[in-house]
Amino acid sequence: MADKNSFPLSREALLKCYRTMRTIREFEERLHIDFSRGDIPGFVHLYAGEEATAAAIMSHLGDGDRIASTHRGHGHCIAKGVDVVSMMKEIYGRKGGSCNGKGGSMHIADLSKGMMGANGILGAGAPLACGAALAAKFRGKGEVAISFVGDGGSNQGTFLESLNLAAVWNLPVIFVVENNGYAEATSRDYGTAVDSFVDRAAGFGLPGVTVDGTDFFGVYEATGEIVKRAREGGGPSLLECKMVRFYGHFEGDAQTYRAPGELDDIRANHDCLKIFSAQVTSAGVITAAELSAIDREVLDLIETAVKQAKAAPMPTLADLTTDVYINY
Amino acid sequence: MARKISLKQAVNEALDQEMRIDPTVICLGEDIVGGAGSEGEMDAWGGVLGVTKGLYAKHGNRLMDTPLSESAYIGAAIGAAACGMRPVAELMFIDFMGVCFDQIFNQAAKFKYMFGGKAETPVVIRAMVGAGFRAAAQHSQMLTPLFTHIPGLKVVCPSTPYDTKGLLIQSIRDNDPVIFCEHKNLYALEGEVPEASYALPFGEANVVRDGKHCTIVTYGLMVHRSLEAAAILAKSGVEVEIVDLRTLSPLDMDTVLDSVTKTGRLVCVDEASPRCNIATDISAQVAMRAFGALKAQIEMVAPPHVPVPFSPTLEDLYIPSGAQIADAVRKTLKGGKS
Repeated sequence: MADKNSFPLSREALLKCYRTMRTIREFEERLHIDFSRGDIPGFVHLYAGEEATAAAIMSHLGDGDRIASTHRGHGHCIAKGVDVVSMMKEIYGRKGGSCNGKGGSMHIADLSKGMMGANGILGAGAPLACGAALAAKFRGKGEVAISFVGDGGSNQGTFLESLNLAAVWNLPVIFVVENNGYAEATSRDYGTAVDSFVDRAAGFGLPGVTVDGTDFFGVYEATGEIVKRAREGGGPSLLECKMVRFYGHFEGDAQTYRAPGELDDIRANHDCLKIFSAQVTSAGVITAAELSAIDREVLDLIETAVKQAKAAPMPTLADLTTDVYINY
Repeated sequence: MARKISLKQAVNEALDQEMRIDPTVICLGEDIVGGAGSEGEMDAWGGVLGVTKGLYAKHGNRLMDTPLSESAYIGAAIGAAACGMRPVAELMFIDFMGVCFDQIFNQAAKFKYMFGGKAETPVVIRAMVGAGFRAAAQHSQMLTPLFTHIPGLKVVCPSTPYDTKGLLIQSIRDNDPVIFCEHKNLYALEGEVPEASYALPFGEANVVRDGKHCTIVTYGLMVHRSLEAAAILAKSGVEVEIVDLRTLSPLDMDTVLDSVTKTGRLVCVDEASPRCNIATDISAQVAMRAFGALKAQIEMVAPPHVPVPFSPTLEDLYIPSGAQIADAVRKTLKGGKS
């Protein structure tokens, strides 16, 4: 079977990426249900529909490569290797969560995995990623940093300043614009005057490329090239991934701004998992049975994560005042 | 310990000595080298007031000029700190915090807590503070209370060259984010400073003058104005005790409470605007924790609640003077119980 593989990844790597995407999908679908039941406090922004971008980009990175994420960060976390059970505990506000219940959905971080944090402030990750890239440059081991930003967040001054800073310092940083068509509820076209984010990159002296973010292999190929360039000292780039958002800006969003039939259409025709599955099975490299087996394992993992999250203790008064300073 | 250097030189020496011993220390800021990319002299400015002059020759590319993009480079310093570096970023004037405050108070200050204790962000943000430079409303503020309000930040504001060197070295070695406030009207102040490297601990106020009649609690330039007041008052036999806080977060309330318990009277002097400033914080804490020790009402000396004016005449009226501080001491001495 391996002989037939004309994909740029091994069978094992393809299965791993599929597992990552499926884990993100089921994690988010489960959160959608649990949130609607009232089990989860606060704000939750789901990454469902956008999985191919996170999985393809992160498959090029190691733990020494840093990412700065967004408010819609669950997918980035899972793809970067953050423990799913810890994430679920965190979203449930429990002790033993990724941040011991002090961060929640919008602030999941695991620096040991190079995950510098989801971020509740739009565009705020870009300068931080520049800093990670600066540190990488001083270390000289060829590490890179990725700044994720939405099409909406890309209108923040922090993001635009960071494009310039990265260009003038020739930093090994990649700015990934996750263009899902909506800045919260406002359409991308209303809030952003240029037709292409690549034009913005050009304005700051960076190379840029636009890909179909629902096409795993398209994202994989483009990322491979720009990550290689960054590792070799070729400097920053911008990658625009055009993608779809299966849910609203946050859970509870009635999404009445969407066109009639839009959600049905993107689920039917632009589901990156369906597209990936069709590509690898029709090529005869992976069987449908292999994918189904992963699906079952992922569902078990999510079920376990939710059970453990619900069983985990709540933080206590003693936790309220710890971890503000290293020493004070 | 006879050597005297200026406060400005103390900053330079602290940066130089820490960069020598720790390769992860880097400095970045607008024109901290000054001249990057031009055909003329590299290190032309060495900072807008020459504070970092000469460091480029010693440490090369570990000093980095930045574009005029405070959000980007302050954020980059914070991001680099979270990835193993010890950056010292210069935010030229603290007034510029308005364009980069998110990176300071929503990012750096919160990483440790928000990420469940696992993050370390050993960044120092140096900035010039204070009035008296005829620099008007957007280059003259004493914004210390905006930073002490934020959990996760440490705030330092030294008054002497000796404290400046020791506290800056401590700031660089400290593993929490530190806002290091340098009063621009103290840069030229000379004082005895050991050549050897030394660090002064945070959270330890300095009693710069002993006295028994009244306690003055202050920091920064106002330490010197308070000393002027003390000299005026001493002529009429009034001996004030002056507590220089040195670090505003953490805050050494023990030294303040000990002094107030001894003197029974308190004047808080602050160059920051009068609402919700360091002086009101100290006043509230003393009223709560040492009310019984107070013989009279607490007095506060601060500027009026107005932006810093430009005209030298107006600016001199704005900044609290030694005479005003002396008046406040007399007022509390007249008040209350004997």
